[in-house]
Amino acid sequence: MLDGSEGYAVQKSMEILVALGEIFSAEKLVKISSVQVAGVSYHNLGDAGLEYLENLAKLGARSQVITTLNPAGMDLENWRELGIDEGFAIKQHKIISTFEKMGIRSSCTCTPYLVGNRPEKGDHIAWSESSAVTYANSIIGAMTNREGGPSALAASLTGRTPYYGMHLVHDRTAQAKVLVRAKLISVADYGALGFATGKKLGNKIPFFVGIKQPTLEQLKSLCASIATYGGTPIFHLENITPNHTPIPTETITVENEDLTNAYEQMNDESTRVDFIALGCPHCTLDEIKKIAELLKGKIVTKEFWICTARQTMRLAEEHGYAHVIRASGAKFACDTCMAVAPLKGRFKVLATDSAKACYYGRGTNNFQTRIGTLMQCVNAAVTGEWK
Amino acid sequence: MEIIRGRKISSGTAEGSVLISHDPLSFFGGVNPETGIVIEKGHEIEGVSIKDKVLVFPHGKGSTVGSYALYRMKKDGVSPKAIVNVECEPIVAVGAIISNIPAIHRLEQNPLDFLRNGMKVRVDADHATLEVLD
Repeated sequence: MLDGSEGYAVQKSMEILVALGEIFSAEKLVKISSVQVAGVSYHNLGDAGLEYLENLAKLGARSQVITTLNPAGMDLENWRELGIDEGFAIKQHKIISTFEKMGIRSSCTCTPYLVGNRPEKGDHIAWSESSAVTYANSIIGAMTNREGGPSALAASLTGRTPYYGMHLVHDRTAQAKVLVRAKLISVADYGALGFATGKKLGNKIPFFVGIKQPTLEQLKSLCASIATYGGTPIFHLENITPNHTPIPTETITVENEDLTNAYEQMNDESTRVDFIALGCPHCTLDEIKKIAELLKGKIVTKEFWICTARQTMRLAEEHGYAHVIRASGAKFACDTCMAVAPLKGRFKVLATDSAKACYYGRGTNNFQTRIGTLMQCVNAAVTGEWK
Repeated sequence: MEIIRGRKISSGTAEGSVLISHDPLSFFGGVNPETGIVIEKGHEIEGVSIKDKVLVFPHGKGSTVGSYALYRMKKDGVSPKAIVNVECEPIVAVGAIISNIPAIHRLEQNPLDFLRNGMKVRVDADHATLEVLD
């Protein structure tokens, strides 16, 4: 592959993987079964990225394993209603169709594991998107480093990735025990737990003790938050997650006051909310059902986005949840989210149930942020007031 | 003539004059993609063009979009001829490879110590060597 006998795109991709192997001292490349590619939004790629992708596609690049995409900069169908300008939309569509030419599935979501890109325990994979990487390693037990956009794409076009880091069982060993004494109820609480743990441990690998049977949605929230605020690509939950690890001796505790402190740091002062966004990471069908139940018979007065994978939205349509949500004035934002859409300057105060969305809302879009339960968010969408 | 061994990042061979930065460099946001002039405020080589130079710096930094920015500069003819890093990282590595810019790193001697601005050198990434020509 490296000698160009399989074409220029494969040769360049192999060169990238070999160089990364050199940088990270990998002994070899390993075959993979799944890829998640980041760097999809035109907002991030720009014209230079688009040009590179178009060149690869023209040279015959084809994905070798199941490959899905991270969220794009807009809803690929409903972009006008979400206030995206036409120039941006044209470029974004070009990017998506270029990926499709390479045989990549245009499911644009940060939760590929909910829409058919679902590896098994022990599978070597090459995923970008920090929350999905942490979910794949920790909850599924698959093995992936935190890939960047180009390295994930190179992995897709060759079916290989450098063998180091999270691909080695030894490097996945827990490094600190986290005794959780705080009471965890909502999805946001798990985000606050990720914040508190990440701030205390950085990218050390935690072994959580004291957490009882979390839901998929709570785990998704914890994965996103701990990857954002700490940086670890994996954690372990005693009696819950599938990876085996020796239990570390270093121990920290997370108390109720740590969660309170996390909430204080993620909440700004303003109580007048003008943008409500749920689905960071993308909403599950069950979350959409709950939102529909809370919105039934109500009218929202503020811009309210429910970010999800297009496939999940279609299921919500079949179940009748989507109708209730749209009747309230709330909008689905499929294929995209509040973190990658070009939203700077459009809103001032974001309300969400996601710790990760607070980080990117502030950092990327200069929003003030409010974080709380699903019910608090829905109420804020109806009244414009955060309570 | 002195030949120093390193390790290959991106293949190819190029000759040119050395431009040294002791500061890490970001090709996205840190360099004007139309002119190749470094624009990062307070950067050691702010205001200097990297065009056609053998660019020597510790390592890359900043957004991963920097890989694509380097690709664009190469297409527009304002990229460096070769890259020598102390310790390369993925953004520069990917950028150099997709742009066909020769790049090496981990030299036997620290290139920031023994190279000087304006020296003529030859980077042969395929043999992972740097040759001082004058």
